[in-house]
Amino acid sequence: MLLRVDNLAIEFATYSGTVPAVRDLSFATDHGESVGIVGESGSGKSQSVLALMGLVADNARVAGSARLAGPDDAAPVELIGARARVLRRVRGARIAMIFQDPMTALNPHLRIATQMTELVRTHLGVSKREATERAVAMLEAVRIPQAARRMRAYPHQFSGGMRQRVMIAMALACEPELLIADEPTTALDVTVQDEILETIAELRAATNTALLLITHDLGVVAGQCARTIVMQNGQVVEQGATERIFEQPAATYTQDLLAAIPRL
Amino acid sequence: MSRAVTKQAGGWRKQQALDRAAAGNSLGRDAWRRLSANRAAMTSLGVLVSITLAVIIGPWLTSYDYFSQDYDAIWQAPSLATGHWFGTDQVGRDLFARTLTGGRISLMVGIVTTLVSLVIGVTYGAVAGFIGGKTDSLMMRAVDILYSLPFMFFVILLVVFFGRNLFLLFAAIGAVSWLDMARIVRGQTLAIKSQPYIEAARMAGAGTARIIARHVVPNLAGIVVVYVTLTIPQVILFESFLSYLGLGVQPPATSWGALINDGTGEMSVAPWLVLIPSIFLAVTLFCFNFIGDGLRDALDPKDR
Repeated sequence: MLLRVDNLAIEFATYSGTVPAVRDLSFATDHGESVGIVGESGSGKSQSVLALMGLVADNARVAGSARLAGPDDAAPVELIGARARVLRRVRGARIAMIFQDPMTALNPHLRIATQMTELVRTHLGVSKREATERAVAMLEAVRIPQAARRMRAYPHQFSGGMRQRVMIAMALACEPELLIADEPTTALDVTVQDEILETIAELRAATNTALLLITHDLGVVAGQCARTIVMQNGQVVEQGATERIFEQPAATYTQDLLAAIPRL
Repeated sequence: MSRAVTKQAGGWRKQQALDRAAAGNSLGRDAWRRLSANRAAMTSLGVLVSITLAVIIGPWLTSYDYFSQDYDAIWQAPSLATGHWFGTDQVGRDLFARTLTGGRISLMVGIVTTLVSLVIGVTYGAVAGFIGGKTDSLMMRAVDILYSLPFMFFVILLVVFFGRNLFLLFAAIGAVSWLDMARIVRGQTLAIKSQPYIEAARMAGAGTARIIARHVVPNLAGIVVVYVTLTIPQVILFESFLSYLGLGVQPPATSWGALINDGTGEMSVAPWLVLIPSIFLAVTLFCFNFIGDGLRDALDPKDR
């Protein structure tokens, strides 16, 4: 098992009382496996993965456990409540993340080259030259034309789809074991969506990276994930093999979700 | 042709081409290219460089020095014939020499003090804003307290304890002017902090110090540069105020502010005594403002 999440619960302490965001979320994923988390907005799917990375807001209380298998059969690393130093070594290096909006997730004042090589150098401890080579190779892998030249560009010189490709290249540059994609295609149009998902699938297959795909789009899950978790109001409604969920949805909520897909 | 060859050769040659491109197209160079297209900013820069050069070498061009009094030649109007190009003051000192040597002090105070306030203010503000919470409250309350201290009282104390000298002037003005910078930077940092790319950087495993240095500070550049160009004139004026009260530069040494203050008293008899230093001061302040404006446009990556 690569990642094992047990009874994850998140609450937010607000002035008007405690607001539960996620209750009793448990799931596991193995190397190379792909899991989809589906649910409407506010169902707690994004907060769950932020909690895994230790990046929930200051007023959040997180309970439960999330263990990431140690490298080379070392003891698993507990992520919930881990020290900042431990988390920094996990983030970006072992668990990487792709965000929903590629237009804002890149620093507008730094070149793509700077942003990518810094990441690679932080985690892999390689020379600047090696980091640059690695970055160019990654940009080529996500099919950015003239990758070496485009390294010099600033984020605003890329289209939305291209930026998301850059994000993917950055996320996978340090060969993480788990890739979390939080609505990776929501901000993109449909034709670009397919290409992006294809790119992710391709690279994942080559490196045996596990995928945690968060989306509200059942179509995306159907194409990408072997297993699916359906969430509603912070609770797991149903989880199982994607095929089974699509063919025989047990929960009424899942049935409603499926029925909500427009048909021609 | 050569381009195609480079491409085919791949490998190290490609790498070399990349390195060359990297060397030739830095952020500073991009900004410079766009700044040089801004006519107002370039003219200002030219004028400012001329003033700076004049201030440095000018005093050697005249046979008069800035402190010798000559009671046979008081209140002389500007004239080429006498060699008093800018005229003389009420004790017959040459205004040309005085304006330029005074400019040395004014510019030096303006630039050095602003640099001090820049370094302290940006670091302080960015750290307070980014860390937030109790640290932020504590740091900003400290700023509020310093704000509420009467500035003059503070300077008088400094002068009483350490005596009068130029470095004290830098320290005194610097100690006050970073407060504004810290507040502005903190406010901007709060806005930057919630940007997705900051979260993305965290998610990629960057520590707080790195995020502040690499992601927050560069994004502050625009507003900081503009504020710096506003601070320099402000500090120059501050200095003249202190000099007027006898806490700044000591006669016979002078500065533009001190000269203007001296000149206002003689305005009805010798208007050039206030006019000439005022023109130097005003032109300098204008130039800084235009350059600041141009720099802000040049540093905005979205205009590229």
